[in-house]
Amino acid sequence: MNTKTPSKLEKILAAGHMAVTSECGPPRGSNPEAITKKAEMIRNHVDAINITDNQTSVTRLCSLAACIRLKLMGVEPVLQMVTRDRNRIALQSDILGAASFDIHNILCLTGDHQSFGDCPQGQNVHDLDSIQLIQTVRHMRDEGKFIGGDDIQRPPSMFVGAAANPFADPFHIRALRLAKKVNAGVEFIQTQCIYNLDRFEKWMEMVRDLGLTEKVFILAGLTPFKSAGMAKYMKNRVPGMDVPDEVVSRMAETPKEKQAEEGINICVESIERLKELPGVAGFHIMAIEWEEKVPEIVERTGLYPRPQVS
Amino acid sequence: MIVGKQKPLDDIWNRVKEFEKLLVFGCNTCVAVCHEGGNKEAEILASLLRMRATQENVSIDIRNSGIERQCEHEFFETAEKEIEWADAVLSIACGVGVQFMVKRYPLLRVYPGLDTTFMGDVEKPGLFTESCQACGKCILDLTAGICVMSRCAKRLLNGPCGGSTKGKCEISKEVDCAWQLVVDRLETLGNLDEFVKVIPLKDWSTNRDGGPRKLIHEDLET
Ligand code: SF4
Repeated sequence: MNTKTPSKLEKILAAGHMAVTSECGPPRGSNPEAITKKAEMIRNHVDAINITDNQTSVTRLCSLAACIRLKLMGVEPVLQMVTRDRNRIALQSDILGAASFDIHNILCLTGDHQSFGDCPQGQNVHDLDSIQLIQTVRHMRDEGKFIGGDDIQRPPSMFVGAAANPFADPFHIRALRLAKKVNAGVEFIQTQCIYNLDRFEKWMEMVRDLGLTEKVFILAGLTPFKSAGMAKYMKNRVPGMDVPDEVVSRMAETPKEKQAEEGINICVESIERLKELPGVAGFHIMAIEWEEKVPEIVERTGLYPRPQVS
Repeated sequence: MIVGKQKPLDDIWNRVKEFEKLLVFGCNTCVAVCHEGGNKEAEILASLLRMRATQENVSIDIRNSGIERQCEHEFFETAEKEIEWADAVLSIACGVGVQFMVKRYPLLRVYPGLDTTFMGDVEKPGLFTESCQACGKCILDLTAGICVMSRCAKRLLNGPCGGSTKGKCEISKEVDCAWQLVVDRLETLGNLDEFVKVIPLKDWSTNRDGGPRKLIHEDLET
């Protein structure tokens, strides 16, 4: 087994197991229990937990501090880092900060535009973009050097991830964009939430045709619907989201008190179908403010217990 | 060209009403093309301000004038007298013109009547669109001739981001996704392979980040 970092997530994937990750959004305040409680609910059912970085551009407790909380409780974090808010000095500095706590996974993202959040009048930085951030982390890890060329004492040792959205446009270049991320050095991918399985399968076929599944681990992203209202909202209001009409009507036709259960059923059925899809290396289950449902989903899809690696 | 937009009349009025002799001063090149800051607009703005003065019973003498360009010494000659007359000038040139006057007339009060909005083109009559940021190091050769610095809301060098939907940017259905335009053009030209090449980190030192910029032609200096 060939791994480049001490990351547990990397070890599980390299050993050929289906990986399971999940994510927690930090609170809009400084109470650490908001993170530790969520993590407690799911720690035994997932291999690593992503901490989002001011998602949808709403100011929250920082991703790095929340990742340290996870680390202190013995849970493996995935540090999400967006290029929207920090220049290359701050990005490198935060990577070193994370490395000093032995945080071994990073997810390199661009971030939503700030106009969606609570500071629409703020600046956006984008000194680097997500692809250049991937390059930067690989450079820091593999060459042991800063962007500026100086040596790093004790370089970071991080398994480098990124997101992919198979549902954004233009569709036909979405696999090529993944190829670009692979060229930049990405090692694992967590996808945008999948509701349109046909389109996802088509994308995976294009990804396989480019030989990318040999080079990068792809974790399929899923978010269960809590209600028909949420399905409609995701369909109409969230940029880059593809929710087919059948899925919305399946939720809408379910009586209100059964909708949450139906949302979980859809998620479980999707995982069952995608488990069979060549190139899918695991699942990223994003149960938004509904973390308590993750164990049920993992158990019902036969992904429990989680493998032990050392 | 440089595009600007007149500030709201209330803001302008509150800024200038304390003076006795006000000159509304147009610039008849870029900002005249977008019908916001030319000599004709100076005339209209001056009459609006005069009406306002009458309504509010404020005694203020307002004249209007203008020159071809407020960013070069040689054009000022014809307006010297009017400028001398005024105790304040409301310049409706872009920010460059306003500052050029500040430099040229150290004792004169000069106020901006425009918000300088962007560098852009005249897509069709009445429609002006941003198309350059003056980043100091042109990358149009790498992005199929589409300026992602000015036209992508996140200035991504390796887009499109995950928010690109049906050719539009995630920020608004009214805004084209610059990276969709790049991809379309690469395809039209049969160059889609270019797309997978990673565009490296940008050197921002030629941008505003490196401090104020200058261009010097020693042979032309006097
Ligand atoms: S949708 Fe297109 S233009 Fe808008 S931020 Fe993303 S890549 Fe840039």
